[in-house]
This record gives sequence, structure tokens and C-alpha cells, in this order.
Amino acid sequence: MAKIRGSIVVNVERCKGCEVCMVSCPTGTIAMAKEVNGKGYNYAFPANPDLCIGCASCAMGCLDGVIAVYKTKI
Amino acid sequence: MFEIAGIREIVKPENLAYRKSDLLTENVMSYCPGCGHGTVHRILAEVIDELGLQSDTIGVSPVGCSVLMYNYIDVDIQQAAHGRAPAVATAIKRLLPEKFVFTYQGDGDLAAIGTAETIHACNRGENILMLFINNGIYGMTGGQMAPTTLVGMKSSTSPAGRIAKTMGSPLKMTDIVATLPGTYYVTRQSVHTPANVRKTKKAIRKAVQYQKLDRGTCFIEIVSNCPSGWKMTPVQSNKWMEETMFPVYPLGDLKTPEE
Repeated sequence: MAKIRGSIVVNVERCKGCEVCMVSCPTGTIAMAKEVNGKGYNYAFPANPDLCIGCASCAMGCLDGVIAVYKTKI
Repeated sequence: MFEIAGIREIVKPENLAYRKSDLLTENVMSYCPGCGHGTVHRILAEVIDELGLQSDTIGVSPVGCSVLMYNYIDVDIQQAAHGRAPAVATAIKRLLPEKFVFTYQGDGDLAAIGTAETIHACNRGENILMLFINNGIYGMTGGQMAPTTLVGMKSSTSPAGRIAKTMGSPLKMTDIVATLPGTYYVTRQSVHTPANVRKTKKAIRKAVQYQKLDRGTCFIEIVSNCPSGWKMTPVQSNKWMEETMFPVYPLGDLKTPEE
């Protein structure tokens, strides 16, 4: 059976670190970075990229539209 | 842009599953982290983009946090005096009936200073879409009590919590306008989880399509949060909203067209 792999790209400079994507991710892919962006927010990043299934829950819930989701079968 | 080595074979234009619409501009939104306004802007831009209405849309923005909406959504937007967005939208729709006209208002704008405009526009059955963002507080001016503030909820002008006997009970504008014969579609939604975002997007899409039928006002209330005004983190505020606001403002359709 083909496995679905996903990946997210976060526009780090626009992220405000609200953590809503981290909570809505069903697989625990997303975590908040220890570093901060130019505005001083701990931005979201894919800490466990292998777990991503490309469901776009994070992007649907993202309040600033900073997440792009990619999905493919491998 | 953030990328990790090893996922480059997935991140390709042909594998794109979701990204924000181009109608949402690259300007950084002035909203606080976790504010529901950003999500509503995004899904509104997506619906307008998907239906190909960019050049046929005129929005009316309120006074409040979303006053700068014209910076974020790339459509024609007129800014109205405090509470008067439905009156401005009435004029726009009557002069340009082929355009899609919407108003976007918060609870201080729509339910306090603009109560008369809201009720009369809905009573006349103006053929516009009204988006009502209800977070139960005056967010922009520092978290004062609004007509929609819950009983017992603390705000900067009700530090001991709202008391129903002296300050009244929460004003349910959506329930009021649903009883008026001029409204065609009245619903209450939220944008705090991905599932609710999808439902709200569906409701906005329906309302845009109903406007072409010329049957009356479509009114969508979106129960939202105000992490800064409520003095909570965004995740806490979403949880508090689910537990405390939804019993007072239950989600669902209040008036659906009889087909």
C-alpha cells in the first residue's frame, strides 16, 4: 500500500508563535522552536518531519496563514 | 522559509496540498498571536478567490481591530464610521447590485454602537452578507465590557465580573436577527479548530451563493477569542471559549432557507 508522506513549510518571519498548530496536529509533527524570529516569537517548525501525513490541519487552523502543506504518495 | 534536509523531494509545486490564497496579502497582520480575525480573513479570501469574485467584491470594514482589513485582503474595501457598516453596505449594494457586498464587524461595532443599523438593515432584508466576529469584549481599546460579555466575565470595566442585574445579560444579536423576516440565512460558527474552520468556510461560501438569489440578508456570527483581552494564552483562550462561551452562544444554523 502506498504510504502518504507530507511536509510543511513555515514562513518563519510571519509566525506569531500562538501554538494553535501544535495543538491541532494529530501526529505531533510540530513543535515550537527555542530560537525566536525577528519579532521575538518562538516560531513553529516541523520537529518530527517523518510523522507528517499532510492532513493540513495545522494550516487550516493557522491564524496568520503562514503554513504551506505538501503531500505525496511514496 | 524553513526547510529540513531530506524533505526536498516532497516540497515541490506539484505536491502542494494547501497554502493561503494569493488574495491574502503578504502584509503582516496587526492582530495579536492567536486572534481569530486572521483565520476569518484567510477563509474569506479563499472563498472569494475560489469563486473568482476578486474584481466583483466590495467589503465594508468596521471600527475595531479589523479596521485595517483593506491591508490584508486584496479586494475593494470601504471603511465605515463606527457601527455604520450595514448602512454603507446598503448604499453600495443598491447602487451596484451585481457586486458581492459584505460587511465585517466585531461585537462592539455591530452589537453596541451599530445595533440600530444592524437590526434595520436585516429588517429591510438588504441583500448583503454580514460577518459578525463575537469575542465578548472590546479588544482594541483594552478589554472593556461589551454588550456580548458573559455574566460573571471579568473585563477592565467590570473587574468583579458582569452582574446581570445592573449591567444586563449578554445580547444575542444573531438570535434577534434570526426572528426578522428580512434575513435569509443566519448561522453561528467558530474558527478555533480545523473542523470548525472548514464548517465556517462552507457557511461563507453558501452565503456568497445566496446573495446571487436576491432573497435577503445573510448573517454569519463567528464566536471568536481575544487572548490579550481575556488575559490567556491562545490555546487556553480556545479552551475557555469552548467551555464557557459555547453554552451561551451555541453553534449551529439558526435560520436556513426553505427550499
